[in-house]
Amino acid sequence: MDDAVVVTPGKVPGIPAPLRGLFPLLVALPVLFGLQWALSDAPFATYLLSVMGVNVILAVSLNIVNGMTGQFSIGHAGFMAVGAYVSGVLSLALKEVAISGLPVVLSDQLFFVAALLTGGVAAAVCGFLVGLPSLRLRGDYLAIVTLGFGEIIRVVVQNTEVFGRALGLSGTPQTSSVAMVGFWVFVVVLVSRRIAGSSHGRSLWAIREDEVAAEAMGVDTTGYKVRAFVVSSFFAGVAGALFAHFVPIINPNSFTFVKSMEIVVMVVLGGLGSTSGAILAAVFLTLLPEGMRSAFTAMSEEGSSLAQQVDQIRMPVYGVLLVVLMLSRPQGLFGTRELWDVLPRWMARRRKGQS
Amino acid sequence: MLELRDVDTYYGNIQALKGVSLRVAEGEVITLIGANGAGKSTTLMSICGIVPPRDGEILFRGQPIQDRSPDEIVALGISQVPEGRRIFPQLTVAENLDMGAFLRRDKDGIKQDLDYIYGLFPILAERRNQAGGTLSGGEQQMLAISRALMARPQLLLLDEPSLGLAPLIVKRIFEIVQRINADSNTTIFLVEQNANLALKAAHRGYVMENGRITLEDRAENLLANEAVQKAYLGL
Repeated sequence: MDDAVVVTPGKVPGIPAPLRGLFPLLVALPVLFGLQWALSDAPFATYLLSVMGVNVILAVSLNIVNGMTGQFSIGHAGFMAVGAYVSGVLSLALKEVAISGLPVVLSDQLFFVAALLTGGVAAAVCGFLVGLPSLRLRGDYLAIVTLGFGEIIRVVVQNTEVFGRALGLSGTPQTSSVAMVGFWVFVVVLVSRRIAGSSHGRSLWAIREDEVAAEAMGVDTTGYKVRAFVVSSFFAGVAGALFAHFVPIINPNSFTFVKSMEIVVMVVLGGLGSTSGAILAAVFLTLLPEGMRSAFTAMSEEGSSLAQQVDQIRMPVYGVLLVVLMLSRPQGLFGTRELWDVLPRWMARRRKGQS
Repeated sequence: MLELRDVDTYYGNIQALKGVSLRVAEGEVITLIGANGAGKSTTLMSICGIVPPRDGEILFRGQPIQDRSPDEIVALGISQVPEGRRIFPQLTVAENLDMGAFLRRDKDGIKQDLDYIYGLFPILAERRNQAGGTLSGGEQQMLAISRALMARPQLLLLDEPSLGLAPLIVKRIFEIVQRINADSNTTIFLVEQNANLALKAAHRGYVMENGRITLEDRAENLLANEAVQKAYLGL
């Protein structure tokens, strides 16, 4: 925190608004690098944190479409796959190349960032192509089209030599790090919050509430929906690209409809329209299978066989979770609010209860 | 100011408007009355581009607008108060009004109009931080009208503002409509089933039956017209 102040001495009160958004970054970066250093000999924790980060990026970006704009996309894994495969192929092709005059680590990281951006842009282009025709219509068409898109991508990948067919892509350089994932988590949260607070976000809310009325207010509904969808797809692509650079092998089974639904569950659980809700739900749902695994292992000997089936068991658990949620709190954990809106009131109520 | 020439509008294969022609002059309050399903709302939807006509011309200040998209039409100065109010239920009153001024960038003008509206409907000022969905029907109608006014329209389209409201509140709404017309010379195009009140508030009126305009006259003449009295005024 002190570092941040030292960087811009005397300028703190009068910094222009766009730069103020970067302040949290100055705090976040040292924390991320600290974390990465602390976890340097804990590969499993690093892996888990990376998966968590990728899930947070996916959930927060899907929330822009499903939550804020009220459209229903159920093919987010498809965009993730586009990002993962495009960046993966690119990184494999550039594996032996290095920028001369730079240390190898730095040049690797530069290529990695380039691969991330390429993956994101490729997914965004797909988002535009899928979104433009289907978002001109009102209603559930987007759900059908995105569902189809996700499956098409998976089938295409499964049958294309460059993408390794069903075997998948292996040997991508493992250049990802907790810091890089964390940085993109930060970016997606920042973008999402900025959209929510802008007039752009206000028109997304209006579309969600009543599309015809929004149109009558002069909102170019198709344009706003497509833009939201493209932004969301971009980050899904980045998430996929990050994923491709810390798992040793990516195959089509990582990007099935089940993965898409998992992301939708995260957004619904957190509350459609709540960024912090999406973050918390993504963290929770990433840790849940791990928790179940340790719990089963600790239980007994039969438990350890259960522990191996956690990947199958978790789906019914998600189902039960959703049913309970719909019955007890249909608006999700936070509804359309954010953690910082809800927490003070909740704490005040608790304090009152105690006294 | 606004002119419709032989407008045909379809929902799929069903023709809702059959050669509708009408004319609204600057500063007028015009009403379009007719029974359920006559095509009154469709006429409004066609004007503001939500259901574009298949044939015919719609001219606004001499410019054809029938091929423009709804947001472009709003930008030209035509605002609509949709049927059934359609306020944004989860946005607050202030946010709803803010959405009305969506295309405007003149902060001072917006502030001025907001003060005017809070003067027109003090209840909205009181409830400015309340979610729109928690207002009563009458208040929601006031909010819907105010939201449309926030665009500072030259032409205000009102679709059945009396729908589902108590008679006293309906009277109040019509008074306000006349006041808006008098205060800022805003042209008003009013679609109504409550022919009696609508004709009393308007300068001229059109009668619509089965997608066609069947009568056109000054409002007081229509009020005195025997056929209109029988069909729409219940006299």
